[in-house]
Amino acid sequence: MTKKMKIELREEYCVGCGLCEVYCRVAHSQSRDIIKTFKKERWTVEPRVSLVIEKPLSFPLQCQHCEDAPCVKACITGAMYKNELELTLCDEDKCVGCFTCIMECPFGAIKIKENNPSLPLKCDFCFEADEPFCVLHCPNGALTLKEKIIENVDESLNDSITQVKTEEVDTDE
Amino acid sequence: MGFSMLAPEFIIERNRDRCIDCRVCEKQCSMEAHYYDPDEEKVYSREEKCINCHRCISLCPTRALCIKENPQEFKRNANWSRNSIREIQKQAQTGGILLSGMGNPKPFPIYWDNILLNASQVTNPSIDPLREPMELKTFLGRKPKKLELNQDGSLKTEVPPQLELSMPVMFTAMSFGSISLNASTALAMAAKETDICYNTGEGGLHESLYSYGNWTIIQVASGRFGVYQDYLEAGSSIEIKIGQGAKPGIGGHLPGEKVGEEVASTRMIPKGTDALSPAPHHDIYSIEDLRQLIYALKESTRYKKPVSVKIAAVHNVAAIASGIARAGADIITIDGIRGGTGAAPTRIRDSVGIPVEFALAAVDERLKEEGIRNQVSVVAAGSIRNSGDIVKAVALGADAVYIGTAALVAMGCHLCRKCYTGKCNWGIATQDPWLTKRLNPEIAAERLSNLIIGWDHEFKEMMGGMGINAIESLKGNRHMLRGIGLTNRELEVLGIKLAGE
Repeated sequence: MTKKMKIELREEYCVGCGLCEVYCRVAHSQSRDIIKTFKKERWTVEPRVSLVIEKPLSFPLQCQHCEDAPCVKACITGAMYKNELELTLCDEDKCVGCFTCIMECPFGAIKIKENNPSLPLKCDFCFEADEPFCVLHCPNGALTLKEKIIENVDESLNDSITQVKTEEVDTDE
Repeated sequence: MGFSMLAPEFIIERNRDRCIDCRVCEKQCSMEAHYYDPDEEKVYSREEKCINCHRCISLCPTRALCIKENPQEFKRNANWSRNSIREIQKQAQTGGILLSGMGNPKPFPIYWDNILLNASQVTNPSIDPLREPMELKTFLGRKPKKLELNQDGSLKTEVPPQLELSMPVMFTAMSFGSISLNASTALAMAAKETDICYNTGEGGLHESLYSYGNWTIIQVASGRFGVYQDYLEAGSSIEIKIGQGAKPGIGGHLPGEKVGEEVASTRMIPKGTDALSPAPHHDIYSIEDLRQLIYALKESTRYKKPVSVKIAAVHNVAAIASGIARAGADIITIDGIRGGTGAAPTRIRDSVGIPVEFALAAVDERLKEEGIRNQVSVVAAGSIRNSGDIVKAVALGADAVYIGTAALVAMGCHLCRKCYTGKCNWGIATQDPWLTKRLNPEIAAERLSNLIIGWDHEFKEMMGGMGINAIESLKGNRHMLRGIGLTNRELEVLGIKLAGE
């Protein structure tokens, strides 16, 4: 038994501040320090979420980790895959940069990496952190973490994800 | 904007070592006090637009911002203060009435701070609220002169309708229109959660809030916005608003820009039209007229709901309250000079009315003298800031208090006093959909509930310290109060002794 995570968006509470973008960069930086990320690594770290503003509407555009992910189906080399927690991830070693995933994504949530334009860039659910940084730092609860218990999955899989602080997780589902 | 003699009120200090030019401040400021220069790839500030609402400060991820009052000085003058000069500059520039939001910021004495509470020592034991039961349950409404019981102990006397509260606090009247629907929803949710009441204000009741009826006081004011049979029956009590502490004697004006589709349908007025609340109720010119309205409302709700009358604290408040009690009101609300507002002429707000402490003491005293104190509950309002203020208000004679500003602060208000611009950066006093969504009602309701729960604990601690275990024993118990730093005359009006006496 393990947990399946999903970032739930309530765009009616998105304030359009862009802190999701800011902290996405921090999450994927070397230093994990916000000031160093922007002062020293700005050109090497890109946010994997894009804030879309069309006033009064605004929302963070990011991978929805679809259940039946079109990008995974379309990937010609099997680089785009679903891991044990149902997260959609890209194995960059296998990727050949054909960008079929970008064409297939119904949300337009996959970008081309600016500093390595032969690779796609997408939300990896802050795989190495305890909780996705965009959720952690959203000031208005527009992004929340939903979890679903899945039966019959190997316990030994990725500890970092299963250790998510449960008190901050909405388990209403 | 062309030439202006007005120097910026605030200066924005941006710590360049910390600023990462992420543009969060720029995206959040509805006043456009921050902007991004794409050539320089840097964020800069326009200080003349800053209102010091702290939105950017709170959201800046690196704490790079600090807003300070502009230290620029005028030539020293004890008579002409900086504010006096600036106000003249503003009026000379615009020719308008000075407007302001929130409560009176002038340094009037706050009498709560000159009143001290008692505590038990040796001769009577104090009570530990963590170990013994404490009763804060409050009933507002007309109480019978005496109770008669049947043989079996059941109540024979018919008790008039009462408003039941878990503690003597309510969220005061703030209309949908002056505040956003999200803010109204948060108040309703928190009132339900903590089992107290919130007040709709005069803007009608949005259809999504009818389900919170048990925790709702519906208001009927001079504009009669959104008043119809279902509305009257929706709440647990009805309040007739005669006056408001922040602007006694004048009406209200919700500009047409704020009257969008939802506000218009809730207020039952055409979209985009100004919502004008006349200064007086045009059908009330005497206590007899007030009686007619009170009984019209009671009649239409089949005498099932207590009817309250809210007045601003003014010079003859005691006599007025006596008249209101005799006119048939079940609850009298007195709103003091420090009470808040969404918009009021600055001169009115800052100069009209009297402090609620005096008004409350005078009203309680007068009603007792006349032997009609049991006929009405008295609610005090006008800048109740903490649980200490509530305990003092109850001991001074209030049955409960209303909080408005404190509730707004709990939701996120930073008291920048620009409510009347409709550009509230915290999503409270605005109808702009880009701004209203900044207030997530779930988060705001939780913050409000936390405040009420915290105050509940503090209230019980203070009461226990005095050796009192039920709020009924604290009501009007001025022996528990002592004045400090007050003149004989002030002590006399407040009806309390000096510390040491």
